[in-house]
Amino acid sequence: MLEIKDLRARIEDQEILKGVNLTVKPGEVHAIMGPNGSGKSTLASVLAGREEYEVTGGEVWYDGKNLLDMEPDERAREGVFLAFQYPVELPGVSMSNFLKQAVNAVREHRGEAPLSAVEFLKLMKEKAALVHLDPSLKRRAVNEGFSGGEKKRNEIFQMAMLEPKLAILDETDSGLDIDALRIVADGVNQMRSPERAFLVITHYQRLLDYIVPDIVHVLVDGRIVKSGGKDLALKLEDLGYDWVKEQADAETLA
Amino acid sequence: MSSTETDFLQEVADSDYKYGFVTSIEAETAPKGLSEDTIRFISAKKEEPEWMLEWRLKAFRHWQSLLEKEAYPRWAHLEYPEIDFQDISYYSAPRTTPKYSSLDEVDPQLLDTFSRLGIPLEEQKVLAGVAVDVVMDSVSVATTFKAELEKLGIIFCSFGEAVREHPDLVRKHIGSVVPYTDNFYAALNSAVFSDGSFCYIPKGVRCPMELSTYFRINEAGTGQFERTLIIAEEGSYVSYLEGCTAPMRDENQLHAAVVEIIAHKDAEVKYSTIQNWYPGDQEGRGGIYNFVTKRGICAGDHAKISWTQLETGSAITWKYPSVILKGDHSVGEFYSVAFTKGRQQADTGTKMIHLGKNTRSTIISKGISAGHSNNSYRGLVKIGKNAANARNFSQCDSMLLGSTCGAHTFPYLEISNPTAQVEHEATTSKVGEDQIFYCKQRGISEQDAIKLIVNGFCREILTKLPMEFAVEARKLLDIELEGSVG
Ligand SMILES: Nc1ncnc2c1ncn2[C@@H]1O[C@H](COP(=O)(O)OP(=O)(O)OP(=O)(O)O)[C@@H](O)[C@H]1O
Ligand SMILES: [Mg+2]
Repeated sequence: MLEIKDLRARIEDQEILKGVNLTVKPGEVHAIMGPNGSGKSTLASVLAGREEYEVTGGEVWYDGKNLLDMEPDERAREGVFLAFQYPVELPGVSMSNFLKQAVNAVREHRGEAPLSAVEFLKLMKEKAALVHLDPSLKRRAVNEGFSGGEKKRNEIFQMAMLEPKLAILDETDSGLDIDALRIVADGVNQMRSPERAFLVITHYQRLLDYIVPDIVHVLVDGRIVKSGGKDLALKLEDLGYDWVKEQADAETLA
Repeated sequence: MSSTETDFLQEVADSDYKYGFVTSIEAETAPKGLSEDTIRFISAKKEEPEWMLEWRLKAFRHWQSLLEKEAYPRWAHLEYPEIDFQDISYYSAPRTTPKYSSLDEVDPQLLDTFSRLGIPLEEQKVLAGVAVDVVMDSVSVATTFKAELEKLGIIFCSFGEAVREHPDLVRKHIGSVVPYTDNFYAALNSAVFSDGSFCYIPKGVRCPMELSTYFRINEAGTGQFERTLIIAEEGSYVSYLEGCTAPMRDENQLHAAVVEIIAHKDAEVKYSTIQNWYPGDQEGRGGIYNFVTKRGICAGDHAKISWTQLETGSAITWKYPSVILKGDHSVGEFYSVAFTKGRQQADTGTKMIHLGKNTRSTIISKGISAGHSNNSYRGLVKIGKNAANARNFSQCDSMLLGSTCGAHTFPYLEISNPTAQVEHEATTSKVGEDQIFYCKQRGISEQDAIKLIVNGFCREILTKLPMEFAVEARKLLDIELEGSVG
């Protein structure tokens, strides 16, 4: 479903991604961990098509298509979803208006008829229940004045509305309280399916207790330096990143 | 809203400017130029009484003295070529005069124009609760719902008709809020005004429908000098709508309207406008010059006047709907969205003149600039020495689409009473790249993203418009944005 080959990207003359390789198959959940500033969000942004980042090398194939050739909105309509680390506020733009446009844009792309107002409201209600989104939030402007945790929950609500094929969650767990974490993770788990893949960026093993990954990757200084099973996350939790870095340095030297 | 209404509004909204057609109804047009003879010609054409002609002539002489002193407004943040006032025709009327007993008698070509405008006359009556008084080329050609309004004692007619049928009311109030000495363009309007609307709500009457007027410029090179007078007697209420579209022209068209509102004790007047005159082409050629004087007075205690406007058109807009808060506890409001693109220049704002005690005013202005346009807010809050405990809140937000446009805010304060409370907030923002990216990441195209963001920015104001107008306003904004971004 997703194949990243030697991806390099920079921002303002600074190279951030220095050759990322990653293959994700449908139905898989991949966790990406790594120290602050190692390039996790950059990777997510490049996959979503953020223009500030300049891709300087490598390729990304998504469902057999060259992802890097597509506009960000086209990627989204093709089923790539990014739950933002820092969701953006859209003052005055109502949630329903925003999501209706988004959902119908995706539907149109798939050759489906736009949802009627009634169908749409029904869908909103159903998906909001999935993440226990406070009904009053649906009536507000997108993220405007939402608390940190509410914003994160709103990202997963939007994901549920749009039913993507590839969902990238960038630190969706940070800012969530214990209960909210469980609810959001439940929502994600309910969406797991053989056709859908997840890239879960996180700093904490805790999330991975709920959303159990198939593979855990460690991103250090713009490269994936280690991959393993879910136990790798536990080991990182115990020992931190130094040993991975040392191992990686040793390998580079050798 | 009924579904007929919704469909209708959809139609209105869809029939945007891309059309730019001109009706070829033969018009009686005054020769170009302005002199006392022109004034006499207009007054005679309109079969006016002597006092009206005298008033026009006084205004004309005053205007001439201003012209000689070159005392036309220069202080606005606008640039435009000198206007040759002798190169304009000051009167034009469709051959068909407004004396119909039914729609069948109306020139079919005229009806066709209306339907292309999106307001087919035969459907107007269906439009529940909206009486439409259509002003075309300066002469009113149709007024509906009149009978219903008459039963309540409400007068809603063309200005010309009011001069003939209700001379005492007109004579008493004309120029009482905007005297012809007020400014250059008010003087010009007072001298040559062609027609407009007149509205009188008697004591204690709540007007049961939105009163609505559509304006349209049709003759090439004809100035449009509309005059509106609204009088709300004690304890009355009226919501008044004014909207306009205009056909494309390749020469500049001067538009100088005057609107006067008088709200007596406990009366409330809500005045809503969608202004969509032709803005000119990408280089700004051919657009309308729109110099408008709009002012209301809260003459009695607890009176309230609110102005809500969506300004998207004109090459140049110069407009400051104002309120004089004379009665104690009276309230003035100004809610505005001004959108400029291409080479448009807008200098709009308001004046809130607090004279009475415990008077309150609210100003919320949203300016959106795109292309090479310039959008300025200019507002004056004046608190007189007797206006104890007066309060004002002003908020001016500007949004820039791109980096070649400009937004400016000029707030002026004159406070002569120490108990006044005045608050001013101003923000300028660019439509954020991250906001657009966020929308795009959800599958929304860039253009739709900008529309969403801009509509969100203006939401506070658009929701102040009467429902049917708000729908139209949103559509209009969308259409305008389509032409200016992406
Ligand atoms: N817009 C930018 N301008 C300059 N530098 C940037 C910009 N965005 C990211 N960077 C830099 O790129 C590097 C990687 O940032 P990125 O956000 O991808 O890290 P991260 O792995 O997501 O970190 P965290 O765990 O803290 O979220 C950092 O050094 C950051 O400062
Ligand atoms: Mg990050």
